[in-house]
Amino acid sequence: MSESTYAPTMLGAHAQTPEAKAAYDARYERILACARLEQPDRMPVAMQSFFWPATHGGITYQELMYDYHKAKKVCFDVVAEFEPDGVYPLLMGTNMGRALEKLEFKQLQWPGHGVGPMQPFQYLDREYMKAEEYDDFLFDPTGFYLHTYLPRVAGAFEGFDKLPDFPGLHYFRLVNGIRPFALPEVRASFEKIVAAAEETNVFFANHLDWVNQINAAGFPLINGGNSIAPYDFIADYFRGATGMMKDLFRHKEKLKQVLDKAAVFIARMTITNARAANHPIVFIPIHWAPDAFMSPKQFEEFWWPSFRRLMMTLIEADLIPMPLWEADCTKRLEVIKDIPPGKCIYWFERTDMVKAFEVLGDRVALRGNLSPSLMTTGQPHEVDAAVKRLVDEVWRKGGKLILDGAFGIPDETPAPNVRAMFDAARKYAG
Amino acid sequence: MAKPTEEWTDEERQLVEWLADMNEDDALPLAHRFLLEDKVDPMHVLDLCRAAMDIVGKRFEEGEYFLPELVLAGEMLDTIGAVAKPLIKAAGGGAAQTHGRVLIGTVHGDLHDIGKNIVTFMLDINGFEVKDIGVDVPVSKFIEEIQAFQPTVVGLSGFLTLAFDSMKETIAAFDAAGIRPGFKVMIGGGQIDETVRAYTGADAFGVNAVEAVGLCRDWMGVAA
Repeated sequence: MSESTYAPTMLGAHAQTPEAKAAYDARYERILACARLEQPDRMPVAMQSFFWPATHGGITYQELMYDYHKAKKVCFDVVAEFEPDGVYPLLMGTNMGRALEKLEFKQLQWPGHGVGPMQPFQYLDREYMKAEEYDDFLFDPTGFYLHTYLPRVAGAFEGFDKLPDFPGLHYFRLVNGIRPFALPEVRASFEKIVAAAEETNVFFANHLDWVNQINAAGFPLINGGNSIAPYDFIADYFRGATGMMKDLFRHKEKLKQVLDKAAVFIARMTITNARAANHPIVFIPIHWAPDAFMSPKQFEEFWWPSFRRLMMTLIEADLIPMPLWEADCTKRLEVIKDIPPGKCIYWFERTDMVKAFEVLGDRVALRGNLSPSLMTTGQPHEVDAAVKRLVDEVWRKGGKLILDGAFGIPDETPAPNVRAMFDAARKYAG
Repeated sequence: MAKPTEEWTDEERQLVEWLADMNEDDALPLAHRFLLEDKVDPMHVLDLCRAAMDIVGKRFEEGEYFLPELVLAGEMLDTIGAVAKPLIKAAGGGAAQTHGRVLIGTVHGDLHDIGKNIVTFMLDINGFEVKDIGVDVPVSKFIEEIQAFQPTVVGLSGFLTLAFDSMKETIAAFDAAGIRPGFKVMIGGGQIDETVRAYTGADAFGVNAVEAVGLCRDWMGVAA
């Protein structure tokens, strides 16, 4: 082999040695082999978390939200220490404090803004779109966003409610029609948005630098982009939980039309982002699918069709959807089986993994699912036993399992329990 | 004195059925007609609502109904209640007898309230006097409210994993204040299981609103 073969590759500012490249390739291949339903050399272990790197690294959650340098350090250190096979883009989940601040974002309270410095961010469930606005949304989603939705969810956009109605502007009416752009409140909005965008550029550059850093050290991301189920998109970010549940009775048809439309533009956005990230796996946290939330009939009528359409569009674009089915979705398994084999990773939070393997083992790779109560309040030997059970009941029976916490590593988890998770995976499954 | 079921008119039975079947479009106009035009005793209309909610609760327990039905049922009941309650007040009607008092709140650090609100509604329609003290409730506020309200059951709600420690701390403070023997503590929320119950020292946990009602019934000796 020539000497140049051993020269490190530069990833941004970070050098990757040939050994690190080999480790990167092996880890990445483990994850992709699982997705294809092929047997990897050992059971991969993933790392996803929000604030646990701060807990472990001795900084506050607020610092993780606001301090780019400290955030990158603690998020790199946990990866280097535990050596996961696939890593969630950890900064993406937490390090946006400054950008959120400048955007005057209203749908979250976060450490340093509404909640204490050691409390995680929390979403504010509100009605951000009224039931009577379905028609406006359906007629012109972009117009609804500009005039109504964006000013409601982010203070920086508040002047946009004064923007002209764009459709209809033509010829001399176009000239007269642009006068709102000169309004002080519209100018102020643009200035705030530019400032927020500049901050987001800084954030994003740090995110990319961190990704390069972990890649150079031999660790791939497990997903490049993320997405959302159309039902959850409307329920969580537009109608609010209770508004959406009432719509199942009061605005059935309008709701279905909105879900169909949202499935199209969510898919477009997701494909664009995934291609920019140059990573095929798309993380999709699923909020409203659990068994306890709606009846099987409601699930099949309202939730599943638009989500399946979204997943199929992503699969056709050579992407690998990775939904995280929150809570217990055991009763949904037969329905959500209806996708082509070897194209998705299904991450289960509280669904019985053994049952999931029985129903879906020949269809999708699995991810998860050590319980939050075990991780936060249990002992290392109990974590070890729980991993052994998953290995015995799923992995050794041919399951393509990517081990992880139920929803990653809970913020309060004692480090010995995280260590026990990784050690047990190596001990029992390679 | 409640009107016995067998003396209900066909229209009264129809109201119960429409409410229980989530037929809001027919149920609400009929309830409003009873109250505003036919001058039916508003306490009786609320009894009919309660009968409908019993059916809703049973269908929930049997796995036929889920959260959307509980939410819509709550909304229908609020709408009818908003018309009925002023009429009851105007007629000098007093508060109905309740099975007992339940104080409920989301523990400190956690801002979630959807589950708590549904539990509050289900306890309310099942005849308990519920005081909901909101979200992100400090330990000291729980203690003050318990001392003032004297509940038989205290419900601690929490969705986030941080709630495990908040619940444990809150319950430990009840012990330290010497008030714990006066009530039972139930916990609930998305991540709550027996491990968390043992960790926090709560008396019991529930995974949904019907289980919360069942716990309160058991502790207060109320027949299901």
